[in-house]
Amino acid sequence: MDPIHQFEIKTLFPIMRIGATEIAFTNSALFMLVGLTVILLFMLGATRSRALVPGRLQTVVEISYEFVVTTLRSTAGPEGMKFFPLVFSLFMFILVLNVIGIIPYTFTVTSHIIITVSLALLVFFTVLVYGFWKHGLHFFKLFVPSGIPIYILPLVTFIEVLSFLSRPVSHSVRLSANMLAGHITLKVFGGFVTMLGALGFLGWLGAILPLGLTVALTALELLVAFLQAYVFAILTCIYLNDAIHPGH
Amino acid sequence: MDPQAAKMIGAGIACIGMGGAGVGVGTIFGHYLAAALRNPSAAQGQFANLIFGFAVTEALGIFSLLIALLLLFAL
Repeated sequence: MDPIHQFEIKTLFPIMRIGATEIAFTNSALFMLVGLTVILLFMLGATRSRALVPGRLQTVVEISYEFVVTTLRSTAGPEGMKFFPLVFSLFMFILVLNVIGIIPYTFTVTSHIIITVSLALLVFFTVLVYGFWKHGLHFFKLFVPSGIPIYILPLVTFIEVLSFLSRPVSHSVRLSANMLAGHITLKVFGGFVTMLGALGFLGWLGAILPLGLTVALTALELLVAFLQAYVFAILTCIYLNDAIHPGH
Repeated sequence: MDPQAAKMIGAGIACIGMGGAGVGVGTIFGHYLAAALRNPSAAQGQFANLIFGFAVTEALGIFSLLIALLLLFAL
């Protein structure tokens, strides 16, 4: 009844070896492919008819499109629209993988810190590269807020640099820790059901409470799955806004 | 001290941090509700900010829960 066991990465079939590192097709890779397939089928299926009056599936896709567009435009302005493919891909990828993870006996890809760190570093370096490419050395204005008295300016600049560098950490840990904690909580409450159920008839009566809680927590997890995908996307928008409009 | 006992105590202490996140989330929703009742027409426009603030604050509580879970199961 180890609640961490569900996050174990299993090798499905090995591909090759580079030195001591084994490169293999794992259950993590499998579920990423499943997520990708779901998104592709969903998007292609919905946009195939391209009706003027959208059907059910097309409406869902249009709503998700509109949702991301509104978020991006309100935080990064009209110039931010060139990053729409990035933000939309990140949002859909994380949302679908989070939701797939809730289904019992599946694997939650986004609960692994290595996946979320890769995504967060992608955003971090996009901001750095685009900021320096677009604004050159003016990008450093991001770290020097205007209207600050000169004697506390070094301190404020230091704090701004520090907070900029810690962004990928908080950006990635937030998503994976939320997924990890939620799934462990579900597993712990599921464990209560089996433990009480082993006690006999009175145990079965007592097990109703944790069973109901498990159902309620699954509903909460669904909310969290959406919320964390949204938060990841909106933080990406906010960071991109810094690259597009540096200087406060 | 027995290392296992120390781990359990450490996990318990780490969970205290969740109280801070509880205060923070309560403050966010309380202030949102207070402001929404004063000016209901402007409330809908601030919903995204509410959710964003909630998620950012809640993550800090999750961090301390994560430390507790790591102490209990992973380390």
